[in-house]
Amino acid sequence: MMTIYVLWLRQVKRYLRSKPRIIASLGQPLLYLLSFGFGFGAIFAKAGQGNYIQFLAPGMIGMTILFTSIFSGIELMFDRQFGFLKEMLVAPQPRLLLMIGRTLGGATTAIFQGVIVIVVCMIAGFRPTNMAGIPIAFCYMVLIAVMFTALGTAIACSLTDMQGFQMVMNFLVMPIYFLSGALFPLTNIPAVMKFFASIDPLSYGVDGIRGALIGLSHFGGLVDFAVLSALTLLFLAIGARQFSRIEA
Amino acid sequence: MIRVDHLTKSFGEIKAVRDVSFEVGMGEIFAFLGPNGAGKTTTIKMLTTLLRPTSGKIEIDGLDPAHQQNEVRKRFGIVFQDPSLDDELTALENLDLHGALYEVPRKMRIERSESLLKLFELWDRRNDPVKQFSGGMRRRLEIARSLLHTPKIIFLDEPTLGLDPQTRNQLWAQVKKLNEEERVTVFLTTHYMEEADRVAHRIAVIDHGAIVAQGTPAELKQQTNTQTLEEAFLALTGSSIREEGADSNQSLRNMAQMWRKKR
Repeated sequence: MMTIYVLWLRQVKRYLRSKPRIIASLGQPLLYLLSFGFGFGAIFAKAGQGNYIQFLAPGMIGMTILFTSIFSGIELMFDRQFGFLKEMLVAPQPRLLLMIGRTLGGATTAIFQGVIVIVVCMIAGFRPTNMAGIPIAFCYMVLIAVMFTALGTAIACSLTDMQGFQMVMNFLVMPIYFLSGALFPLTNIPAVMKFFASIDPLSYGVDGIRGALIGLSHFGGLVDFAVLSALTLLFLAIGARQFSRIEA
Repeated sequence: MIRVDHLTKSFGEIKAVRDVSFEVGMGEIFAFLGPNGAGKTTTIKMLTTLLRPTSGKIEIDGLDPAHQQNEVRKRFGIVFQDPSLDDELTALENLDLHGALYEVPRKMRIERSESLLKLFELWDRRNDPVKQFSGGMRRRLEIARSLLHTPKIIFLDEPTLGLDPQTRNQLWAQVKKLNEEERVTVFLTTHYMEEADRVAHRIAVIDHGAIVAQGTPAELKQQTNTQTLEEAFLALTGSSIREEGADSNQSLRNMAQMWRKKR
């Protein structure tokens, strides 16, 4: 328990101390919110889909958590680079606990970011239609945060250089974001797109948050919850396995 | 305290360590010397549970590092060749995190952090983040950290690399003091022969993965008929320069440095 706690605390401290990172990571959702939210808002309304900001906000929350948590996981690569990884690897503690502590810490920072984005979205005009849905939305946020931090950790275990990091961003994180239904409704899209969206973990996260906050759900809350829980456990298991195999 | 019997480690075709045997007694300062790529770090990694030997036997305080990993890990402290501190945390936080990972009781963690930081003259800077520390201060902090859980053995892998003579002298004086006061066994590697000569009780010279000589500094000089340990070392290992391939971590580190400069 102590092990999990100290490594969790380390991640949170590192996050709170890098103010530039907090601000920088808010730039992206803000830009999307402005350009897409207000840029496409009129067209979206004309197409009879209602207020685009309402629709987009849960997508922005999902995106922020996706980026922050994958990055927290990948930060393990920096630990390797700056050497702290070795300190963890020789510690007389089971690797599983080290990995869980680190992952929960990373996930916590991602949830922080998500909460900040909710506030930003509300300033931009987002209004949850269902206040009781907020705690439910929070549960979905926790699930995606843990899931993607674990995924990032699993990937970082086998990455040895910065080029690898670029690959992950371009061929994994970006597609997960763009194909997830964060930006557009999943109804009335081509079958291929529908297929990709249905195998994209983030689709279920965004859908769950959207269902909880504005009562609009594509897959249904139960499906979202079941898929996310299963994937979170799976990625945690893969991450733990990869982490226990690292040799210094 | 440390017993190594016919230890061998191969990476594919390459035999990094071949048939190495030696013993280090309790409270001894033992220097492990050799040119670059001789197998020093690989040996340390096997002694400290980070690598599994291909064959041969290791005993640390009577335990086997390959099978009783966590028990062995509690018994040693290590200062790696490369830095291993968390830059964003303060000196005290680094020590505290280490203490928690080694299950040192809270009260003892606080007392021991204070006495070690004072010994290594870092107490005034205890609440500063490590990223503001100089190379020498980081090294001292790492040694302090490696001693926090009162290990029986400390491994120092080239602890003085890149430090000025003042810092190096002071560092060894502190290590010697600890060795005398706490009876901690010291296993060290270095490229500075005069340091090994001054500090170490016994020395093993390793080259191409095998031990070529063992004994006290005086014995080694006598064996090779030389005046200084450096001459003895050259007589034992030849004077050709060793090429070492940069590993992926090294290139990663270079990249990080470039990236940091750009910002």
